[in-house]
Amino acid sequence: MINAKPIHTLSVYVTNKPGVLARIAQTFSRRGYNIESLVVSPAIDGNFSRMTIGVSGEADGLDQIIRQVSKLIDVLRCVDHTYDDAVVKEMGLIKVAVSAEERGEALQIAEHFGCKTVDLTDTSMILQAVGDPAKIDALVEMIEKFKIIELVRTGKVLLARGAETT
Amino acid sequence: MEKTVMDGGQALIKCLEAEGVEYIFGYSGGSVIPIFDAMITAPSNIKFVLVRHEQGAAHMADGYARATGKPAVTLVTSGPGATNVITGIMTAHMDSVPMVILTGQSVSWMIGKDAFQEADIFGITMPVVKHSYLLKSPNDIPRTVREAFHIATTGRPGPVLIDIPKDVSAGSFTADLHAEMDIPGYKLHSGKIDLAKVKEIAEAISKSQRPVILAGHGVLISGGHKELRALAEKLNAPVTTTLLGKGAFPETHKLSLGWLGMHGTAYANKAMCECDLLLNIGSRFDDRIIGDPKFFCKEATVIHVDIDPAEIGKMIRPQIHCIADAKLFIEELSKHVGKLNTGEWLKTLDGWKQKYPLKFKRQGNLKMQHVIDEFYKLSNGKAVVVTDVGQHQMWAAQFYKTDAPNNFLSSGGAGTMGFGVPAAIGAQFGRPKDTVIAFCGDGGFQMTEFELATAALHKLPIKFVVLNNHYLGMVRQWQELFYDDRTCGVDLEGNPDFVKLADAYGIKGFNLRRPGDVKRIVKAALAYNKGPCLINCEVEKTDNVFPMIPAGKRIEAMIIEAPKAGSKKLEKPTGST
Ligand SMILES: Cc1ncc(C[n+]2csc(CCOP(=O)(O)OP(=O)(O)O)c2C)c(N)n1
Ligand SMILES: [Mg+2]
Repeated sequence: MINAKPIHTLSVYVTNKPGVLARIAQTFSRRGYNIESLVVSPAIDGNFSRMTIGVSGEADGLDQIIRQVSKLIDVLRCVDHTYDDAVVKEMGLIKVAVSAEERGEALQIAEHFGCKTVDLTDTSMILQAVGDPAKIDALVEMIEKFKIIELVRTGKVLLARGAETT
Repeated sequence: MEKTVMDGGQALIKCLEAEGVEYIFGYSGGSVIPIFDAMITAPSNIKFVLVRHEQGAAHMADGYARATGKPAVTLVTSGPGATNVITGIMTAHMDSVPMVILTGQSVSWMIGKDAFQEADIFGITMPVVKHSYLLKSPNDIPRTVREAFHIATTGRPGPVLIDIPKDVSAGSFTADLHAEMDIPGYKLHSGKIDLAKVKEIAEAISKSQRPVILAGHGVLISGGHKELRALAEKLNAPVTTTLLGKGAFPETHKLSLGWLGMHGTAYANKAMCECDLLLNIGSRFDDRIIGDPKFFCKEATVIHVDIDPAEIGKMIRPQIHCIADAKLFIEELSKHVGKLNTGEWLKTLDGWKQKYPLKFKRQGNLKMQHVIDEFYKLSNGKAVVVTDVGQHQMWAAQFYKTDAPNNFLSSGGAGTMGFGVPAAIGAQFGRPKDTVIAFCGDGGFQMTEFELATAALHKLPIKFVVLNNHYLGMVRQWQELFYDDRTCGVDLEGNPDFVKLADAYGIKGFNLRRPGDVKRIVKAALAYNKGPCLINCEVEKTDNVFPMIPAGKRIEAMIIEAPKAGSKKLEKPTGST
């Protein structure tokens, strides 16, 4: 995805209370930051959830908004991991229109990117790509030579490496 | 506390009592009947004040809290009752006032189905609360109430809302009235001061020759006014406050520069342009004080001390900052500093004080300033002053000097017209022994004037001063100065006879028209103690407030005196509103 403003990847650790997502979303949108991706899942302790949020907007000022998010009573911490050495993964499902003749080439590209074919019909296939978001970008670019019918991406999930906490 | 058979409403009243709540300001309705019933069936020391409009209840709780430092409670019904308090919540939120708002809600199983008088008040108020709750079970009441008061009153205070479905207040309560809080995400400052930071700040201060201390509302909230005075005297450094910081440092003190900002003193504003160090303690660098942020204090070392980390760098990037409670910080800093060589600087400032004093004319038509000044003198500067919003607010702040904390109550961040009357009522409930004066414009007064009934009923000896210029004066001033005097939508023709209006509520009224009568009538109003009184002051209709820094312009663009007729046209302001 091409975006003029850099996308920052934040990890937010929250108490699992009603309204917490709305409060966080409001804090960003009020200041003109757009949420590009969002993944929410329960933490090991079910009382808490972890959100991985991709936001786009001016880098200058983002630190202040992060402090504003951190200030929310239901937020335990909000950390910008954009420049950290962290494990960042994403999954994409891409439905491509391919005829029987085109199928071979499409599968070759899929294989190159380590994709699985999770659905196959006479006229289309669905590729499942898991990995580095940039790699999925590259895959999408390659596969665009065929007609992409539909595409969905989970958005990034992230964990800090080794002794670091997310 | 032991387990007893009770319902949610009764448990709620018990919990509020345990929090030390003295007053509930509110209005009844279907969804809160179980709570009102509990006020009878679960006897407590809490007094209920029935208002005339829910906005009034919110501002009363706000005025009570500002005047006492203690949180008050607002209780209203669901739907329109709840939406009527939003302005009051926003007003308190902008000015960091502790408040707990209880709203009734439809029964749980009808929420989201457009039940009668259902409003998603939890959702609607999210951006203007410090925190909020939607109760699910009666047994959650003790924990929620404890958390709400804790959150509202600690750190940077603010309003907390609890939405209470009717089945929760009516349902049976089977838990312990004493519950532990569970708010692992609430990051309260530990109270430990970062010594290295304090030393760094002390070091910067020691090098300064033209320092200014800027004291905000945070100093008052932390109760650090005495410590601030000691610090300023030790350093021999001048102090200016924000509008909400009035009272954090005695304005009659020789080191005081009064308050700064759009209509603050010329000398405080000039000091911002000339200082070499600005020590901001507990102010959020509101746009009303910094003008154009690109040019604010560009030559100075800026130090920002705040309890709220999110305020650091929001408007102005400081060279040094410290996250701390204002009082604890000042105490610590005082140990590391000594007297500064500020003789020259203080002389310069005194020169500006001489050259650009706050002034007005006692001749000609009656001036608002004249009335305010007389109230200041005859009440010995000791009253609790509450204002509404507009020109009169600025003049009240200019001419009623504040020497003690929590004595000047005004809607600063929100600028909420209609604040004055109910906030004064709340303040008088909280400070029954003190004189409370409400300075209101004729516009704002009419926004919440119906609460005169509440004041009359409780025989509160408030002085309601209606500074009646028959205009929405502050807006008219902008239209005159920046829009070639094209006045539109500001003429308050149709104003009632305010003295007759007071009379209708059984309230004593005074009419004041002539400068020669000011002393006599102000004296009579201050002496009248049988209940509220109202003083309708027919003042100059087209006076303007100066100094003035046009919104968003740099402080250097301050207009100190009224521009002469035919002088150069002023550029339109570029700042927020
Ligand atoms: C609720 C609300 N509506 C509108 C405004 C915009 N406003 C700010 S000052 C003002 C005029 C106030 O007029 P008045 O109460 O007569 O006071 P004056 O300025 O004449 O002293 C207005 C309309 C506001 N601050 N609050
Ligand atoms: Mg007016």
